[in-house]
Amino acid sequence: MNAGVGKSPGMRQQIVLSGFGGQGILFLSRLLAEAAIARGLPVLTSETHGMAQRGGVVVSHLKVGGFDSPLVRTGRADLLLVLKEENVALHRGFLADGGTLVVNAPVPTDAGPRVRVHAVDADALALSAEMPHAVNLVLLGFAIARVGGGTAGGFFCAAGEIREALSRRQGAGGPRLAASLSALDLGIAHGT
Amino acid sequence: MSDRILMQGNDAIARGLVAAGCAVAASYPGTPASEILSSIDFWRKKCGAAMHVEWAVNEKVAFEIAYTAAISGLRAAVSMKQVGLNVASDPFLSAAYLGVTGGFLVVSADDPGPHSSQTEQDSRLLAVMAKVPVLDPASPAQAMALAGTGFDLSEAFGIPVMLRPTTRICHASQDVDAAPFLPPVREVRFTKDPARWAATPVYRRVLHDRLAEKVAAIAVWPATAPIRVNPEVSTVKAVVASGVAFAHARELFVEMAISDRIALYQVIQPYPLHSAFIDHLLETYAEILVLEEPAPVIEMQIADRHRVRGRMTGAVPGTGELLPEIIERLLSRFAGLPVPGGAFPAPGGGRRPTLCPGCAHRSSFYAIRKAAPAGIYPSDIGCYTLGINLGAVDTVLCMGAAVSQAAGFDYAHRLSGKQVDIVATIGDSTFYHSGIPPLIDAVVQGARFVLVILDNGTTAMTGNQPTPGTGIGAGGETTAAVDMEGLVRACGVRFCRTANPDRLTEFVALLKEALAHARERGVAVVIARQPCAMVALGAGGKEPGAIVITTECTGCRHCVDRFECPALVFDEGANRVRIDEMTCTGCGVCVHVCPLDAIRRESAGGERP
Repeated sequence: MNAGVGKSPGMRQQIVLSGFGGQGILFLSRLLAEAAIARGLPVLTSETHGMAQRGGVVVSHLKVGGFDSPLVRTGRADLLLVLKEENVALHRGFLADGGTLVVNAPVPTDAGPRVRVHAVDADALALSAEMPHAVNLVLLGFAIARVGGGTAGGFFCAAGEIREALSRRQGAGGPRLAASLSALDLGIAHGT
Repeated sequence: MSDRILMQGNDAIARGLVAAGCAVAASYPGTPASEILSSIDFWRKKCGAAMHVEWAVNEKVAFEIAYTAAISGLRAAVSMKQVGLNVASDPFLSAAYLGVTGGFLVVSADDPGPHSSQTEQDSRLLAVMAKVPVLDPASPAQAMALAGTGFDLSEAFGIPVMLRPTTRICHASQDVDAAPFLPPVREVRFTKDPARWAATPVYRRVLHDRLAEKVAAIAVWPATAPIRVNPEVSTVKAVVASGVAFAHARELFVEMAISDRIALYQVIQPYPLHSAFIDHLLETYAEILVLEEPAPVIEMQIADRHRVRGRMTGAVPGTGELLPEIIERLLSRFAGLPVPGGAFPAPGGGRRPTLCPGCAHRSSFYAIRKAAPAGIYPSDIGCYTLGINLGAVDTVLCMGAAVSQAAGFDYAHRLSGKQVDIVATIGDSTFYHSGIPPLIDAVVQGARFVLVILDNGTTAMTGNQPTPGTGIGAGGETTAAVDMEGLVRACGVRFCRTANPDRLTEFVALLKEALAHARERGVAVVIARQPCAMVALGAGGKEPGAIVITTECTGCRHCVDRFECPALVFDEGANRVRIDEMTCTGCGVCVHVCPLDAIRRESAGGERP
């Protein structure tokens, strides 16, 4: 489904984000959705709420481009971002052939053939930088740097657009934004 | 930069309501509908409209407050999850007869799956029972638009209208053009008419006739008629879909390139289904596939056993969410195309949810099992349902049932000459919602049990909405607060004590005292009071001193099995427990749980693992 990444209105991309309640999956999917809107692209997401948010399995679907259904079907995701390695087995099936898995793990997880895997120990990075609650942004920064953003086969947007979306969300100049940006940059530095 | 903004379905519904001049909104939180009311408050502040917005004590009260505004000429809305409508079903059915003078929207969110509910019930069936029209949005943007349409429909016929989103609409987000705020035009005006507003059974019969006439007229109202997606196609097969099932189908029609051979219709108003549409379907098509969630409401209105296929005929699975993978198979079969093979991931699986690190409910449950190891543990709806992981929750039926089930267990055992220790748990919000009448009943009947009210000062499961005990309103304003101890005593309970469950040793002793009272003198209440860990974390409170595991840990697993804190991780390789610093809040309750005294605060002389 990587049908030509760029600003063309025909651009379509399906992303699945997976983790546990409390890791900030929802925040990541909204951030990416706002970056899509800033590009002028239509966007649909589907979020997990309720009891699963208490440390259970949380998954967000993100569909950028012209879609009607908020859910990504099995075998259709271009990208799968996994914040807890044990979820790979659970959500690996969403990935299309030739899709890309980016996982928070010390070494790349085996996800079978026809899948590109990139791994980063985002937990360790976030903990060493004393930002244990920013694992999500570390992983996103790593993913967008490693996979590429705004280029063919990569994310629909570039890292700079995520920074802009963060600034709009958290207010320019505040300490919260500074911490978020440094977490994103930490991930970018390890993905470059 | 686009002018379009990202809105969650619930946010879009709220925007639609406020934009259309909703003056009174009330709700009780419940997934997937919880965010609607807080979002109404957000938009009200944004547009500066004068509104009454409240978290009511339960859905029945919320319904009656909003409904009364709508018989006083104002536009009003009540929102809830589907099982909340069960609680409000009494006024809902009666209100359909009496009608309204201002627009009245009942937003009842269904949860096919179910993802976060006791049942997969279809609110639309309750609307059919009540003879209330229902609107069924297929996207957040359409949900926003239908809020306004719903008010217009309600006022055109003087009838309550149900807006029925499902989880996949409530918790989808989409880029939308926000509906413009209409200037408020309505003045409150209640016109006395006791024959109508206080109708006796004789006049109810007349009202029922009028209701039937309204429903028949709504079935020809043009604004909510079904939409044909591909009118240019002439064919003998049609797919009729509503809600998110329509969204899945529409996307699949394009992807599977079947728009040229099958007609696709979106039903916006599943009940009453437009009468001309039913005639058109039966006159035009040989085969009709109906896709809707979760019950066959559209299907049963066009039931023609020879031509209609759906949940009733078994062509569509009778239970569960209609995931797009399922719809893809159904459409393939219907179109005569090869049906895709292969498994798709079943919902669920993976790590189970658990109480948060630092959650005081964990301490309460641990203490309950210590104090009454052979007890029966009825519980209730909320985060603390997760006490099931700790072996301290035996039953969960519905809101408030912990109290009546505790009494029921006592009466049932008493008949057989048996006495068991019964320790029920209920959250503070659930206690206010429906725990008080059964407590009065238990006192009157002399039931023997201990009720532990887990008072964390918030409605935590649904996103920390205020309770009647907090003195905080839906918009953060100061309100009056209810005194829980006074309320319990006023119910006639003679043993009512409050304590912090995180002081484990004292709390176990208090529970034993309460059990002794209950065995001899009837119901005892213990209020376990400690703020929600999520709220405490938000306030920046992490206890000083890291928690560590000493070399005395033998890997006995007592703490991970009986206390189950996410921050206590069993290291299989090392056969011992370690602390996950990413999640530990430093509450230190586990220090009192280890039988070998191997969990300590670092300042007390432990070592880093």
